[in-house]
Amino acid sequence: MIGDKILKSEERAVYTLRSLFKHYGYLPFKMSKFEEYDLYVRNKDFLIGDSVITFNDTNGRLLALKPDVTLSIIKNTVDGVGVKHKVYYDENVYRVSAKTHRFKEIMQTGVECIGDIDLTDVYEVVYLAAKSLDTVSADFALDLSHMGLFSALLDEVSTDKLVRAELTRLISRKSTHEARALCEKYGIEGRGLEITTALSTLYGEPDRVLEILGDMCVSDAERDALDELAAVCRLLSYTDYYGRIKLDFSVVSDMRYYDGIIFKGFLNGIPEAILSGGEYDPLMRRMGRQSGAIGFALYLDLLEELKGDAREYDVDCLLIYSEKTEAEKVASAKEKIIALGESVYASRVIPEKIRYKRIVMLDKEEI
Amino acid sequence: MINIALPKGRLGEKVYAMFEAAGYECPSIKEASRKLIFENEAKGVRYFWVKPSDVSIYVERGAADIGVAGKDILLEYSPDVYELLDLDIGKCRMAVAAKKEFYDDNQRALKVATKFPNIASKYYSSICREIDIIKLNGSIEIAPILSLSDVIVDIVETGSTLRENNLEVIDTIVPISARLIANKASFKFKTADIERLVESIKAQVNRND
Repeated sequence: MIGDKILKSEERAVYTLRSLFKHYGYLPFKMSKFEEYDLYVRNKDFLIGDSVITFNDTNGRLLALKPDVTLSIIKNTVDGVGVKHKVYYDENVYRVSAKTHRFKEIMQTGVECIGDIDLTDVYEVVYLAAKSLDTVSADFALDLSHMGLFSALLDEVSTDKLVRAELTRLISRKSTHEARALCEKYGIEGRGLEITTALSTLYGEPDRVLEILGDMCVSDAERDALDELAAVCRLLSYTDYYGRIKLDFSVVSDMRYYDGIIFKGFLNGIPEAILSGGEYDPLMRRMGRQSGAIGFALYLDLLEELKGDAREYDVDCLLIYSEKTEAEKVASAKEKIIALGESVYASRVIPEKIRYKRIVMLDKEEI
Repeated sequence: MINIALPKGRLGEKVYAMFEAAGYECPSIKEASRKLIFENEAKGVRYFWVKPSDVSIYVERGAADIGVAGKDILLEYSPDVYELLDLDIGKCRMAVAAKKEFYDDNQRALKVATKFPNIASKYYSSICREIDIIKLNGSIEIAPILSLSDVIVDIVETGSTLRENNLEVIDTIVPISARLIANKASFKFKTADIERLVESIKAQVNRND
């Protein structure tokens, strides 16, 4: 009964994604709209934008309109050997938009895989990210990076917290000229400069980038991280999506929360990333968990930007009647038109702002 | 097709000359007309002129794939874009200027008039100086003369306007030049075209050196 005509693209996406996640063994997770403010304030930096809408409950407790889903899901999990929580959600979250600096309701859907996870799980989540993008639009791009590799390489460039933060920012902007200028300012040359340049310029097909990285990575930490990235890429190379996957170090996340594979997804026609995810073991430690975790979120409200969604007509049929027309006749005419599979709008005058495919004058013609 | 937002004015013309020399010409742009958008299908480029401070908005929101914006605008508005190249033109600096006899005695908040409140606030918080920001939209130089402010934070090119008004630069905050910026998503879908263009422009920058 509910066809594509009725559903907006974001609603359609929610349903197809729900079915996709379910097939891979993910269970639905439903959370309440309000959470204790305390949960967010302790992990403020993890949230995108640090403002939260708060209010007092009737008993005086400070509550927040949820700005994030991941934290609540972690809180809901327990540690244990072999214990794994695989959940998906679709929720509205409330955050300050970076563009307008105002609060915004964001329609978000995603999966989290938490617990005793291994390569299979990491691969599965990255693969699901690619598959999710593909269900929304075949023209997508998924960029992978590895925070562990990034930070191990950065260890060789500088140990200074401020320099590292600034370099990270510049690399995320692919601003090679400024990153190099910063190196010059702090006397970073040789290998340090080489790494900085590589991180800000390396971009492209996994095979090519992995080969370059292979020559560059020497320390144990670097090799381990590279091995993980290469293993995930190898598994992805057996799928149809490999051609859409690139390695890109401009994808960076906060090192206090992420330490493994991270990724961002884009759809052609939407000017910003619509999907974002990664391995967040350090966040788990901060929340007192020993196990690992990986997940991603899709920001479905961005689908509004896809132009294909605009409709040509508001209604199929405009039904015009007059004061003299009997109400029964109008009602039955409406039903007849609906039975033809069309939508109908009945009015005594031709409304100004309604676009219609055809018009029927009830007093002059039959349906 | 790559959509390119150019800043209206002298800088934009210089930038277009660079693109032209790099092999991305669009002859119709030089014809006197009221047109706003110019296209050269053979070269795969579409240019349009917008207000300089709007270039980063067009690029961030994806209406333009790439654009050229001053570092001042990028610092002030921090758009979420890639900054691929320093074009090394439109060079000037963001500076603090004051009346010649001005002396900062650190006794009270410094009154700062500027078109760039974010850059000014960031600079003064980096040196732990309390300030009172006065956001103006133009003719900044007049503010200290009429005692609206103690100092101004503004772009200084040659310094002649300052001198004529009996003002002088007391600090340089950051050097400024024009930057080639790109929309992050466009970069993913038009990688080869954008990278080729960046390389050609880079060759022009190096030639100018």
